[in-house]
Amino acid sequence: MDFMLTKQHEMARTLFREFAEKEVKPLAQEVDETEIFPRGTVEKMAKAGFMGIPIPKEYGGQGCDILTYAMCVEELSKVCGTTGVIVSAHTSLCCDPILTYGTEEQKQKYLPDLASGRKIGAFGLTEPGAGTDAQGQQTKAVLDGDEWVLNGSKIFITNGKEADVYVIFAVTGMIEKRGRMSKEITAFIVEKGTPGFTFGTKEKKMGIRGSSTYELIFTDCRIPKGNILGQQGKGFGIAMHTLDGGRIGIASQALGLAEGALERTVEYVKERKQFGRSIGQFQNTQFQLADMATKVEAAQLLVYKAAVAKSTQKVYSVEAAKAKLYAAEVAMEVTTKAVQLHGGYGYTREYDVERMMRDAKITEIYEGTSEVQRMVISGALLK
Amino acid sequence: MKIVVCIKQVPDTKGGVKFNPDGTLDRGAMLTIMNPDDKAGLEAALRLKDEYDAEVTVITMGLPKAEEVLREAMAMGADKGILVTDRVLGGADTWATSQTLAGAIRNLEYDLIITGRQAIDGDTAQVGPQISEHLGIPVISYAQNIKIDGDSVIVERQFDDRYHVLKAKMPCLITALAELNEPRYMTPGGIFDAYKADITVWGRANLVDVEDSNLGLKGSPTQIAKASDKVRKGAGEKVSLDPSEAVDYIIDKLKVKHVI
Repeated sequence: MDFMLTKQHEMARTLFREFAEKEVKPLAQEVDETEIFPRGTVEKMAKAGFMGIPIPKEYGGQGCDILTYAMCVEELSKVCGTTGVIVSAHTSLCCDPILTYGTEEQKQKYLPDLASGRKIGAFGLTEPGAGTDAQGQQTKAVLDGDEWVLNGSKIFITNGKEADVYVIFAVTGMIEKRGRMSKEITAFIVEKGTPGFTFGTKEKKMGIRGSSTYELIFTDCRIPKGNILGQQGKGFGIAMHTLDGGRIGIASQALGLAEGALERTVEYVKERKQFGRSIGQFQNTQFQLADMATKVEAAQLLVYKAAVAKSTQKVYSVEAAKAKLYAAEVAMEVTTKAVQLHGGYGYTREYDVERMMRDAKITEIYEGTSEVQRMVISGALLK
Repeated sequence: MKIVVCIKQVPDTKGGVKFNPDGTLDRGAMLTIMNPDDKAGLEAALRLKDEYDAEVTVITMGLPKAEEVLREAMAMGADKGILVTDRVLGGADTWATSQTLAGAIRNLEYDLIITGRQAIDGDTAQVGPQISEHLGIPVISYAQNIKIDGDSVIVERQFDDRYHVLKAKMPCLITALAELNEPRYMTPGGIFDAYKADITVWGRANLVDVEDSNLGLKGSPTQIAKASDKVRKGAGEKVSLDPSEAVDYIIDKLKVKHVI
């Protein structure tokens, strides 16, 4: 067992860190305040190849492994949770299912634009009545001649209005499963600009406020028959498998937020003086920092293990669930402690840790809540 | 079109500076980066590559560890990397360095050689022009803009208050300023490719037309008497005054410090 990163991964981390410090960090506070999607940053990331890190070169990507991609999301999230999730949702939730389940024609059509960042991707599964319970889907797709007709809506969609290509799930019929009727779910690729595809309200969120979170509305939206992703009726499996990968991205985001908050706190406690000495000289501060650092490293090991598992194993649901569960809870704990150690200043928007604490909360909720991760992990134990 | 870019791994000013007992830098013990002026030179070469399909070779002289800076350059888009490393080359000043690099470049075909104006560790700005002298080709220093015109280059050479537009027939050497451009980032895929690529490693035996007496510490006319890390200056003072009051204030300060 070797815990050393390769030189390539070390150099990639240097690249991501340099980019994050120079291009992302200076805008993080403004992006949060204004809730404006950082389009300029996305263009710069596209130029540097960050929008297609694990996509093979033959489809215009960088041809790197999942660990490299996870490190990118981690380093971006260290300084800006919004930027981290833009890359994560685009890569894990749109590029990855097209790469995994798309026909050769679909891959050739969509991946080069997505991997180069000319186009942005999104994923639409959640509905008002279908969050954790993905079977609660109401959006329907009916085949009419050579076209599928979509009706329904999706909510809380990351990269919502900014994306160009969407992987959308809809009910295409009812099937009998073990004597009970259940919904047949199918995945589709839908392009922005398709008549009948519009946007609803923008969510006003607690954190990751620069990420464009929208409702997607489909009203008699006709898409070509060939835009089915995978086979008809296999949508539920595609969604679950895609989310396994997505959880590694979000675990990386959570890890980055925790690391960023820890870094800021270490800097702060050296400078902040109370009772004539820096607060870093108090044992309480030292013990808090020790706990934070230990948990952050444990989270990093789980995240990296899950990332390597996705590159080397066919099934990695449990690894991904453990990484996301732990990293998200560590992110929440570490950012909360970071705010506490910053005292009153930490509660103001002048300091990054306030934003990081708000950003961290979502990592316990989206792409499967912590409770869902526990279900996945215990389900495998009790099988 | 073939371009050779000379690059140097220099201490990262964010890390501490460490010295050998003889006063030269202990490069193995310091965090390093690609010298900023060299990076601008590399970016200029890569832009010419994008436009004219040039082949870009990066070359560096240094410890085996300097291979990293070549990989970085290749991850940005350079095609080939050459590391010139040998114990007998250690401790070289600008004269011995330029002799070494010229000796290595004599093995290569080139239309253009680009170097940085100067390295942030030595700050001499001598190596580039010296290489051109050894190779007997024209040099245009302090380039802030580079264009190709047939078999010539047209370069804007920066001065304090103006710039000169110079045209030179290739092959020639250009020294680049960090202000020349905004260097591109490496790409993640480029990094992995760079580590798959072979780096050519040359030693003393590969240098063409160079005397031993011009190499390494022994071949260096520069003798370092003493070297030290720079002493941090105290925080400055900022005052906001009307111009006339400001003049009086400054003059008082200068008098107190016995400057005037």
